[in-house]
Amino acid sequence: MSEDSTSGHSKSSSLTTYFAVWIALLAGTLLTYEAAKVDLGVFNAAVALIIATTKALLVALFFMHLRHASEKLLKLVVISTLFFLLILLALSMADYGTRAWS
Amino acid sequence: MPDSSTAAAVHGEAHAETHNPALLHHFATEEQQRDASNLGMWIFLATEVMFFGGLFCAYLIYRLKYFGDFAAASTSIDAALGGTNTAVLICSSLTVVIAIWAAQRSRRALMIAMLVLTMLFGLTFLGIKGVEYRDKFVEHHVPGSSFSFEHEEIPGHPGEYANPQHAQIFFALYFIMTGLHALHMVVGLGIFTWLLWMAWKGRFTPDYHTPLEIGGLYWHFVDIIWIYLFPLLYLIDRHR
Repeated sequence: MSEDSTSGHSKSSSLTTYFAVWIALLAGTLLTYEAAKVDLGVFNAAVALIIATTKALLVALFFMHLRHASEKLLKLVVISTLFFLLILLALSMADYGTRAWS
Repeated sequence: MPDSSTAAAVHGEAHAETHNPALLHHFATEEQQRDASNLGMWIFLATEVMFFGGLFCAYLIYRLKYFGDFAAASTSIDAALGGTNTAVLICSSLTVVIAIWAAQRSRRALMIAMLVLTMLFGLTFLGIKGVEYRDKFVEHHVPGSSFSFEHEEIPGHPGEYANPQHAQIFFALYFIMTGLHALHMVVGLGIFTWLLWMAWKGRFTPDYHTPLEIGGLYWHFVDIIWIYLFPLLYLIDRHR
């Protein structure tokens, strides 16, 4: 399939890419479901979050076309969003995580 | 503004050449208009990230504090239904990108078929969600006066029972987070009904299909939220 040659659609990926990402996302879902049944100790949560973040990145980069984003302003919005989310979670955890729970 | 005269000139040229009725007068080019719409949607999604972020933060705090109770409560939810719903949403995201792909190539029938499929997947998701909610109502796991979570063992700790009050916090978060997500799905279905109507009337061309693109951004974002909700709510300590 030669979709990318169509004029003026540099932002779009090929159908092959979309289907490959779709398969990867379904595989990730199965993997996270199966991994939850295996005892990994404290790493169960870490594995679940790593798989979820990988899937989220695949959706954002390929389905939401961030991979082809050329506008710097858009990149600034995305990066600052993640930055402020990190502040929200990290600073809250730094507080609650270090309290002495009874 | 020294550049205003040149901008006006570009604006005039763009109009003279294309006469695209979709190009609004305050934009110089179609590309500028599309970029502005995209940027606006991404800024909206940034506010949505912070909106859901507060709930994820509350979830993390209570999960750290009441891990055993959260694990017992999480195990009572049907993970197979949640996993199926994840797959359903992923399929709907695929049909959205194919719809845009079709719009870029003037494949109207394919675009409309993909939009209808997206909505069917969305309705399937809400249907499965409804079954899950019904189970929780039947089991009296809905926070409130009829809530009951007595003698539920903490996974991996035989003989130890979960504190119903702490489990209730999990179910409150479960209903608020999945409920807010489901509300976003309902709004998404509304947006896609409108997109389908526009597509049916032939409004989308290879040169102009911005509503499809930014509607798609919203749909994918709701998908990403679910990608995190599924392991966090359904899969706590499942290995015990």
